[in-house]
Amino acid sequence: MMDTLLDVENLWVRFPTRQGVFDAVRGVSFTLGRERLGIVGESGSGKSMTGRAILRLIRSPGIVEADHIKLDGVDLLQKSEKEMREVRGERISMVMQDPKFSLNPVMTIGDQIIEAYRLHNKASKSEAWGKALEMLEAVSIRNPERVMRAYPHEMSGGMGQRIMIAMMLIPNPEILIADEPTSALDVSVQRQVLDIMDKLVKERGMGLIFISHDLNLVADFCDRVLIMYAGRIVEVCDADKLHDAQHPYTRGLLNSLPRLDAPRARLDVLSRDPEWSEAPSVSGRI
Amino acid sequence: MAEQTLRAWLLTDTPTSRRHAKLSALYQGWLAFRANTMAMIGLGILLALVLIAAAAPLLAPHDPYVQDLGNRLAPLGSEGHILGTDSLGRDILSRLIYGARITLYIVALVAMIAPIVGLLVGTVSGYVGGWVDIVLMRITDIFLAFPRLVLALAFVAALGAGIENAVIAISLTAWPPYARIARAETLTIRSSDYISAIKLQGAGGLRIITKHIWPLCVSSLIVRVTLDMAGIILAAAGLGFLGLGAQPPSPEWGAMISEGRRFILDHWWVATMPGLAIFTVSLAFNLLGDGLRDVLDPKAGE
Amino acid sequence: MALTEDGGKGRARVSLPPWIKTTALTLGSIAVTMLGLLFVTFIIGRVMPIDPVLAIVGERASQSTYDAVFLELGLDKPLVVQFGYYIWDVLHLDFGTSLLNARPVSEDIARVFPATLELATLGIFIGIVIGVPLGVVAAARKGSWIDQVARVLALVGYSMPIFWLGLMGLLVFYGILGWVGGPGRVGIFYVDVVPSVTGLILVDAALDGNWDVFKDAFSHIILPASLLGYFSLAYISRMTRSFMLEQLSAEYITTARVKGMSEWDVIWKHAFKNIRVQLITVIALSYANLLEGSVLTEIIFSWPGIGSYITTALLSADMNAVLGGTVVVGLIFILLNIFSDLLYKIFDPRAK
Repeated sequence: MMDTLLDVENLWVRFPTRQGVFDAVRGVSFTLGRERLGIVGESGSGKSMTGRAILRLIRSPGIVEADHIKLDGVDLLQKSEKEMREVRGERISMVMQDPKFSLNPVMTIGDQIIEAYRLHNKASKSEAWGKALEMLEAVSIRNPERVMRAYPHEMSGGMGQRIMIAMMLIPNPEILIADEPTSALDVSVQRQVLDIMDKLVKERGMGLIFISHDLNLVADFCDRVLIMYAGRIVEVCDADKLHDAQHPYTRGLLNSLPRLDAPRARLDVLSRDPEWSEAPSVSGRI
Repeated sequence: MAEQTLRAWLLTDTPTSRRHAKLSALYQGWLAFRANTMAMIGLGILLALVLIAAAAPLLAPHDPYVQDLGNRLAPLGSEGHILGTDSLGRDILSRLIYGARITLYIVALVAMIAPIVGLLVGTVSGYVGGWVDIVLMRITDIFLAFPRLVLALAFVAALGAGIENAVIAISLTAWPPYARIARAETLTIRSSDYISAIKLQGAGGLRIITKHIWPLCVSSLIVRVTLDMAGIILAAAGLGFLGLGAQPPSPEWGAMISEGRRFILDHWWVATMPGLAIFTVSLAFNLLGDGLRDVLDPKAGE
Repeated sequence: MALTEDGGKGRARVSLPPWIKTTALTLGSIAVTMLGLLFVTFIIGRVMPIDPVLAIVGERASQSTYDAVFLELGLDKPLVVQFGYYIWDVLHLDFGTSLLNARPVSEDIARVFPATLELATLGIFIGIVIGVPLGVVAAARKGSWIDQVARVLALVGYSMPIFWLGLMGLLVFYGILGWVGGPGRVGIFYVDVVPSVTGLILVDAALDGNWDVFKDAFSHIILPASLLGYFSLAYISRMTRSFMLEQLSAEYITTARVKGMSEWDVIWKHAFKNIRVQLITVIALSYANLLEGSVLTEIIFSWPGIGSYITTALLSADMNAVLGGTVVVGLIFILLNIFSDLLYKIFDPRAK
């Protein structure tokens, strides 16, 4: 059995609103090893919240509760905010959806990558500069010297996302959370970005949490998949067996997608059963 | 029971007619507004102001114009003069009460003139477009480029001092922001699909502007006007203070401060009381405006 | 037909580099705005119920003197030509002669302007130094007591008549507590003690090394400057807060947090960097508003600046002085706007 990097038990994310408390994530449990774990669900299913809750990035008034979120056996929820900063970036990192918004528009790309490195490594500016160049090369950016001096708005989406990956991997974390990393990109560059990410994650023996709404992509790319609905995990399965999934929601999602190997004249419309959101969460633990 | 059903009727998710939908939206807005304590306080103060202005002759203990030189500059809490008397022995409280009328008069006039001018200029500019738009917006920019009070000063200088001229001067400096807002709204509405649909039905420009664009501009204008009211009151008081607004012996609050200024060190209440009145009313408008903005234009809140 | 027309336009565009076009457009719009400003003051001057000739020659002048001056002023020419003369004069900084003291208005303005400049600059300084951090903290700790305090401060600032607050300040800090100097720029014993080099009395006193004058001048300026500072603080802190809130909800802030950055650095190194440009615009605008707010403040504190000058001129129907003052303040407004646009282009990498 592979070793467990992250162990999440009974995670809840709550937002008090005027109409009462809204539970965005409701009792989710799973573990992550050195694998690619996919979390799939539609918008509002709580998949992004789960990713952010692990890094304790839910801002007040949002509340994160869990029996534990253990990283290498140490509960992140017990850590102070200062200790948590040692975890962020250095041990768990995150790539977000759209590089247009996730890169600071008024700082050069070089400054942003160097900053990520120097937050966790005592290194001189020139050392960090060299390291950043190396990292940009690792994500297949040609002419990294020029890119270091450029601003984010001068980059294309695909470039931006590779820069983002470089920036998030430069402190050498153990876990990368990728929150819809290719949804904002042109279809033509999606694959390229995924391949780069995959290569780096494998090389470094990292764990990857891949959050997406794209069932086919996840089935293709991940080892194991959690399917979330209304803040709960409704089904857990191996990615290569996703097309044999049992839960009616997963089946519904699959049937609403066109398939090249089994074309159909008319796609199904997903009909929802209120029971799905009532049923207890399935555990994604191994 | 009847009340309960009325409430239910107003809160329905499935309105049965256009009027029903409108009333329902209005009621729900009111519920949201009512939950905002500060805004309700503002509304309360302004309602009180209207009542005071309306019932001034009944409420005022003295004639605001009658002088009593034997009893000049009486301090706070003097017999018969709770807020004291001014340099001519006139009762300050009575003058404040009558002054409410002047304040409301100015506010109402400016609120009638400036937003309507702005709405006209803005919608025409946005709807017609082309060189009309360029010219009108240039003019708007020119007025915006002027410091408001200084421009108002110059206008009053040209027109002569007096309350009506002060109103005109303030309106002349107040309309450009409304024109900007109305133009922006018009531009978004103009390109929307339902306007194209109306055009296909044969509606002319005038009809589209008056029946479809104006009603939609109104809510953002109302918010802006309410928030601007405080500034208008302060500007009017400033002109009054400089002797360019309401003329003596009129009990305008700004002019009263100006009068009291000479005695500020020895008889502080003469200038203090009218200032407090101005502050209270413009604070009320600010509170009300904030509340209205939250209800009508929630996006602009933060 | 349409084709050739478009083709011609297209060619004309290609031949000019884009920056020349934008510069020309900017300069053009500035020129139009300035022209508009002059037109408005010109019209105000015409509408004025004062006979400019009578104002110069006096009531008892003979008809021939009157006619001579009438012609000299060009009042027989069409309005357009008169407007041309007016622009010509203003371009040469000639705003006519003050009717009160028979001196050129431009000289008067040059004399009183430094007083306003000194006051407004110290005011905006106070407004920035307190307002910006207050707004940033209010946004970072949204809903906390600091946020509430900032909100109340701003609300009161928006609702308070500045001249009244000035009077109250004078009453309390000068009349009752005696902490500050009273009206005027310096006490009576210090008038004209230091040579006027810059016209800014604090600077002049410091240059002269006369610290007594400096202290006295400071005790006079601090109250009106704080007053102006408070009003700009109200505006600056509110705007800073809303800009910061907008940035703090942006995704790149999450990125910075994911990197493991401290909240302090997230706020100042990332979010604040992004609002600098907007802040510059707000500060330029409130600086302009301070010049305006100083009209009433100057009256309260008998401050011999441009606000006092315009108002005094107004009350004595000295039209040249009023219009001259208005034009100068208007031009400063426009210049401040251009200045903030320029800084915008320098500081925002996206604007290049």
